[in-house]
Amino acid sequence: MRIFVGGHAAYAYTGARAHHAGLPAVVFVHGAGGDHSVWVLQSRYFAHHGRNLVALDLPGHGRSGGPALESVEAIAAWLEDICATLALERYALIGHSLGALAALAHAAAFPDRVTALALLGPAAPMTVSDALLEAAEHDSPRAAGLITGWSHSPARQLGGNPVPGMWMTGQGARLLERMRPGVLHADLRACHRYADALAAGAAVRCPALLLLGARDVMAPARTATALAEAIPAARTVTLPDAGHAMMAEQPDAVLDALRALLL
Amino acid sequence: MTSPKTPRFDTLAVHAGARPDPATGARATPIYQTASYVFADTDHAAALFNMERAGHVYSRISNPTCAVLEERIAALEDGVGAIATASGQAALHLAIATLMGAGGHIVASRALYGGSHNLLDYTLPRFGIQTTFVDPRDLDAWRAAITPATRLLFGETLGNPGLDVLDIPRVAALAHDHGLPLLVDSTFTTPWLMQPFAHGADLVFHSATKFLSGHGVVIGGLLVDSGRFDWDRPDVRERFATLTQAYRGFHDMVFAEESTTAAFLLRARREGVRDFGACMAPFVAFQVLQGMETLPVRMARHVENTRAVVAFLREHPMVERVGYPELPDHPDHALAARLLPRGCGAVFTFDLRGTREHGRRFIEALRIFSHLANVGDAKSLVIHPASTTHFRMSADDLRRAGIGEGTLRLSVGLEDASDLTEDLSRALHAAGKA
Repeated sequence: MRIFVGGHAAYAYTGARAHHAGLPAVVFVHGAGGDHSVWVLQSRYFAHHGRNLVALDLPGHGRSGGPALESVEAIAAWLEDICATLALERYALIGHSLGALAALAHAAAFPDRVTALALLGPAAPMTVSDALLEAAEHDSPRAAGLITGWSHSPARQLGGNPVPGMWMTGQGARLLERMRPGVLHADLRACHRYADALAAGAAVRCPALLLLGARDVMAPARTATALAEAIPAARTVTLPDAGHAMMAEQPDAVLDALRALLL
Repeated sequence: MTSPKTPRFDTLAVHAGARPDPATGARATPIYQTASYVFADTDHAAALFNMERAGHVYSRISNPTCAVLEERIAALEDGVGAIATASGQAALHLAIATLMGAGGHIVASRALYGGSHNLLDYTLPRFGIQTTFVDPRDLDAWRAAITPATRLLFGETLGNPGLDVLDIPRVAALAHDHGLPLLVDSTFTTPWLMQPFAHGADLVFHSATKFLSGHGVVIGGLLVDSGRFDWDRPDVRERFATLTQAYRGFHDMVFAEESTTAAFLLRARREGVRDFGACMAPFVAFQVLQGMETLPVRMARHVENTRAVVAFLREHPMVERVGYPELPDHPDHALAARLLPRGCGAVFTFDLRGTREHGRRFIEALRIFSHLANVGDAKSLVIHPASTTHFRMSADDLRRAGIGEGTLRLSVGLEDASDLTEDLSRALHAAGKA
């Protein structure tokens, strides 16, 4: 689905299904250097199980035009524009990493609209290493290598993909390599600078799920503890052996956790 | 944070894609000799069929043993994934059929394995797919052959049997300038000698029968996607409608929307393997995996032995010419030094002085070299291409492919190099008496 928001084309994957009036909506927001395809399995499931699916490409990513947004607050505001354009009055919101922070900020700002909130691999604060920020600032291939290396748990560095025939770290690296100049750096800087996660968490009014990876190096599970305590109705699920790229590493476990929240 | 520790090539060759069997603890990859897989419930069944959950449904489409092999070759090629096929020819056909149908056009190197040449020159035209063959060294010829119907450029990393080295960086750049992908057959080089994706190729396939398995006991193929070609780029999107338009054969799925980096493999598996059915058997995958564990050490030995054999033949009075790119008089010597720093593999040709009778005496006097149609075995092999592997080609095509009446092809194995040169010496002596 292609829509126009703020003068730019934006893309949302719908699972090859047209939206139907009356069905609840679920909005997916990817993380730094990603696009809608990072959770194609999970999002496709909901499109075929009674939900109007909106799996977004953030501005500057994938099929969406415009420059990358520079802050978590700007992404949260863009989500408001997207939902208004699509006439979504109430929706569940699912975000990963940077997308989790944006979903959190949006849910805090619009508590009457967000019916359920899932935060995958969140952290408060979401500190990004100097080495990664510097590599991303120069659009160095090293940035993709660092993220791919840190995002996958040690066991998955050797494969064992539940999706037959796919080399997980290769796919992760290739998606990052496709980022337009400056986009990855803008994403990582937005993560690094966001300081309002705990305040936003306290303002969330809907049921919330924090889905953490026990082997997450990018956003270690312990860095979500304060956030889990700040959100009034939060439930935390920690996936054993999962890294930050949990949707790829454990697609069924992620889907089952989301189903428990949404269905 | 410390820099991530990612496994290197030799480690991936042993481990990529595999882990101890969670059910039994078996350390070796089990042979999942099963046609089908039990569903947990009806929702699980529907979700698997509709690609909402990962897993296996039917072994024609995917199989756990084959999946380990697919991950392993994808890891070694630095790709995003792979599909195991019934043979190398099946892998080539799968690549082509995924990208085009009737009306499609291919530009291919004329220095190809005879079977590939046959498929492109004689068989695919029957299905409306035409190929223009070009001298792989002539970049202008590649360029001139591209038409609005062209969907693919194709060559071999080392042409069979003349070892023309494909200038992948330049041919890939030309392909990309025209919004086209480059497919290469990397059977002769394997990822240990060269990773074509690092030089710009978009798709790679192997006959896994050869060096990857190394034992000459199975027939199999592997097709690997780099994940770099952007099929959905606005200026090429219409050209690759199989990947960018809704596919009625799978719930109107648009493969390029479904996967940003692996649309090609999705279509290849969900249509090509499903409908054409040229899948690999799990036992074959297991045997190829056994070979791939030792690929780095075997390839090093293959190259070492080949250098010894090449040096011997080059000095022998019965030998008119040795065609090996490491030799200074090979036309691709400089290119080979750049693209193949570890060596130029273990298959090459040489021309015997004399008549076809001299060749017959030579082959029949060999004791260690086996006279058969294969390459990349642990055992050393010999064949006369003009009368066997390339017999369908016209005299002109043979000449252009560098194959003469006296040309012999060797595939140097893992035996003691001294035994190999002694065997060749004895056979050359016998040939000299003809």
